[in-house]
Formats: sequence, C-alpha cells, structure tokens
Amino acid sequence: MKIHQIAIFMENKPGHLMGICRTLAGAGVSITTLSLADTQQYGILRLITESWEKARAVLDKAGYVVNITEVLAVEVVDKPGGLLQVLEIIGGGDINIEYMYAFTFRHGEKAVMVFRFNDPDKAIALLSNAGVKVLDGVTLFNGMN
Amino acid sequence: MKKDDNDRIFNPASATDYVPLPQLRGLQLERLKRTVMNAYHNQRQGLFKQRMAAADVKPDDIRCLEDIRRLPFSVKADLRETYPYGMFTAPQKDVVRLHASSGTTGKPIVVGYTKKDITVWSDAMIRAMSAAGLSSKDVIQVSYGYGLFTGGLGAHYGAETLGATVVPTSGGNTERQIMVMQDFGVTAICCTPSYFLHIAEKASEMGIDLRTLKLRAGVFGAEPWSEAMRHRIQGETGIKAYDIYGLSEIIGPGVAMECQEQSGLHVFEDYFYPEVIDPETMQPLPDGKEGELVLTTLAKEAIPMIRYRTRDITAIMPEQCACGRTIRRIRRIGRRSDDMMIIRGVNVYPSQIEAAILKIKGLMPHYEIVLTREGGLDNMEIRVEVTPELFDDRIRGVESLQKQIAYAVFSTVGIHAKVTFAESKSIARSEGKAKRIIDKRGI
Repeated sequence: MKIHQIAIFMENKPGHLMGICRTLAGAGVSITTLSLADTQQYGILRLITESWEKARAVLDKAGYVVNITEVLAVEVVDKPGGLLQVLEIIGGGDINIEYMYAFTFRHGEKAVMVFRFNDPDKAIALLSNAGVKVLDGVTLFNGMN
Repeated sequence: MKKDDNDRIFNPASATDYVPLPQLRGLQLERLKRTVMNAYHNQRQGLFKQRMAAADVKPDDIRCLEDIRRLPFSVKADLRETYPYGMFTAPQKDVVRLHASSGTTGKPIVVGYTKKDITVWSDAMIRAMSAAGLSSKDVIQVSYGYGLFTGGLGAHYGAETLGATVVPTSGGNTERQIMVMQDFGVTAICCTPSYFLHIAEKASEMGIDLRTLKLRAGVFGAEPWSEAMRHRIQGETGIKAYDIYGLSEIIGPGVAMECQEQSGLHVFEDYFYPEVIDPETMQPLPDGKEGELVLTTLAKEAIPMIRYRTRDITAIMPEQCACGRTIRRIRRIGRRSDDMMIIRGVNVYPSQIEAAILKIKGLMPHYEIVLTREGGLDNMEIRVEVTPELFDDRIRGVESLQKQIAYAVFSTVGIHAKVTFAESKSIARSEGKAKRIIDKRGI
C-alpha cells in the first residue's frame, strides 16, 4: 500500500533543480509528481517516480544526497469537504501529518494526494476501515497511463 | 601481516630509542654544545650571536642540559627575515638539498641539509616507521607531495633506507593512488589524514573496500587531527592510523612518532631536544604541563635551530611508555596556536570543531568554518556535508540535526554556531593539508 518517495537535499543555488531533472531525464525516469520544501538556506525536493530504485541509483551516482521514505497515495473525493473527510479520519487516530501534496492526475473521479504520516501503517488501517482508498504503486501508475 | 616481535624490540635501527637515560642525556649535552658552537660561529647573518650577546650568554656557559634555558628563542619570522640563507651555518658546497615551506603570506622559508643531515633525517624516519611496526617487508606508498614540501622526500628517504619497497605516488590523482594501492599490494601509506579520508571515500565510490586490501597502517601527519578522526579512520578502513609529527624548520617529518601503543608521540630526542614553555611568559614548564613545544636540533649541520618556537600546543609525557622506549613522548598535537581562532573572545581550534562533528554518528569530517562579523559581533558558521544516513525528508528532521550539531559544538567550545548543510562533495577535498577556516572578518 505504501509507495516510495525520493527526497533530495538541495542547497539554494541557481540551476540546481535543473541538474536533478537532467540526471533523471538522462536515465529516462519520469517524474509523476513532486513537492519542494524550501527554507532560507536549503530545499528538500520530494519526488514520486514510477521506478524509484532506478531514480535513486542515478541520483546517488551523480552525488546527490538522497533519502527514501514511505508515503501513502490516498484517494480524495473531489468535491467540497473531500479532504476534510480524510483529515477527520486521520485526526481521530492521533496520527500526525508531516506534509502532503497532490498528484497532478485524477484516479477515476477522484483526486489523489500524497501524505507523509508519522505512522503510515496505522493510517492505512484507519483509512481502509473508513472506506477511503489507499492506492498501491501498481494501481497508481496504471491509473496514470 | 605477521610480525616478528624480536624484530620490533631489538631492531638495531631504533636502538637509540631504548638507550638508558643517563647515557641519552650525556649525548644530548655533548650535541647541544656542538650545535650552539656551530650556530654561534658560523651562522651567516650572525643573528644567533647577536641575540647571545644581548642575553649576555657565551657558548661556554652551556655546562648542563638545563643551561639550554639561557639560550635565546628563535621563531619562524627569523627564517623569513634572513631569507633565503641567513640562518645557514654550512658553506654552500656542503649543502646538498633545499626545502621550502609554503608561504601563505609573502616569501616562503628555506631550509637546507648537508649529506649528514639527510642521514640524520632518514635515521629518524626509519625509527618512526619501525615504531609503527613497519619493516623492510612492507610496501610503502608515499602520497605526501614530493617537491619543496618536506613530506614526500622525507617519508621517501626514510622508507627506502628502512629497506621497504617504496611507491612514490606523491599527492593527487586519487583513483590512480587506489589502483596502485590495490595492484602493488601496498601495506602502508604516508599522507595527511584528510587526504586519506578522501582516498577512502573515493575507494568506496569505486566499489573497493579498503579492508579487503593488504593495507594495514597509515603514517599520517602534516596537520593536526583528532582522536575521534583516528577512530573513524580505523573503524571504517580497518587500518592502524599512526600520528607522525615534524616541521620543515626542524627537519621535516620524523621529529616524533607514535609507537604501536598509540599513546603519545616519541620524540627522537637524541636529535631534537624538546621543551614545553608557557607561551605568555616564555618560561619552561615541567613535564606533564601543557604549553608550546620548543625544539632544538642537536645533530643538524646546515641550519641548526635553537629553541625554535613551534606554535604547537602539547605536553611532554613524564611516564615511560609501555613499549619500552626510553625517549620521551609528547601528547598528540590537536592544535597549533597559529590555528587558534578568537571568536567573541573565546579561543577555538578547528580540531575541537572536528571532534564535535564526529560525535554525531553518520557525519563525516568534511566541514569548513566561516567567520563573519556583523555589528561588531563575531559569527561562526559551520558548513558540514549532509550524509544520506542522516538526511531527513522533513524540514524539522533537518533542523533537529542542525541543532544536534550546534549543541555538540556548544558543549565543546562554548560558542553558539550556525550550522548549515552542504551537499555531498561540495566541500573541497584536500590532497595535502586541509584548509578549514574561511575568515571573512577582515581582521
């Protein structure tokens, strides 16, 4: 149920993101979605790609500092209160959301969000019990195509 | 590699290391007198003679070893002011080699050697290498720079005179260094500790585990390094890391060296007489007390140095070493008064920062210290490379690591530092002495 996210440490320097994208493009790795957390001194680029092992290998080789984290891709009903519903389920379980961002595509009639929880297993149990769909890698990347 | 214990203890080359003390002191006194005589009468610019006159001391006043305290000090500036040959005592025809130190400001300093000086130096290096358990059976790679710097040729002559197989790679071209190390069955390497770390890092990039090679010892010197760094090197590469000490003003590497006890460096004091002084009052300190190391050459002909202030901070260890050597040891030199940074009135040394960084498991000592001044207040920023083991995908994870490092620094030196992370390999790797401090304060 969990998917792998690649996080990359970036010093704030011009052209930096370009270097990462060039590395991935060169290896034929497509970025499905991303989020960039920025501070004054540095940024953390978080990426979801279909072949995360390959992405990690080429980034490692190019000398980037890379970390792999398990995140959840959660279906969210695309209407007012859709996200609220998910948050209420999570809030009831005393789980912390570290951060979240969205996929650019929809899965059927639903939007898909990436969640980084402090306790992903507990979140999967809670969401599944409440009937909210957590997508695994295969479903996710199939839905994309 | 199997080592014959008899070979170590009764190695005739290092016999002087085990000489009974009264005999050693007698030898030192006799050599001191000769050295003073030589400097007094033969120094080309006569600086020593002038200073002796000013202190109202004559060479004949040196009757016992303690009388050394009556002699004037010498400092690096003396060599600079008498550049190039003013402090030489030997005629040019007897000088067979020159070396020079890298002058960071202005002219370098020049030192010279007679044939006998080279023999003395080689002998000190043989004894240094024997102390680390090396012998004629070893294959020794010399990765110190060859040239005007004393490191390369000093280690080279020592290793060759020892009868070892010498691989003179000099510094640089790290991938080739590793290839040579692997293919030639190198058992020991001489270089700066920071360069060795770079070699280890490169080897792992090349998919080579140094532990699987024959390499078993490193003779590391030319820059201060911490005990924490030693543990890191030994733990990660499986070799024994020995500290060697020397300076070109005195002879080059081989002034003092750790034995296999790895507990202080034995000074080859039949050649280099050590004293420790209080750098403020210039008064000699008793053995065991920490202060500035002062060295007098006892067997150097071309350019004898008398009571040379090294700026290195250490203490003479009064106890005899478990290895049986009678020559005294100095504590590892973790700092030089030259490297001292005064930050908000507090004395800070790079080696302290290094030790603090190495307290955090997973960090490597790839760091630089940037000093700035804002509104009259000094700021210390420590830029350290973040490693994949420690990098967190959450901002608060990264911030918590920054805080952890800042706390380790604060608890070591009592100064709040700003910690920033640099990308992997973005801090320049040094192939010689590492440059750690970037002072932008304009003072």
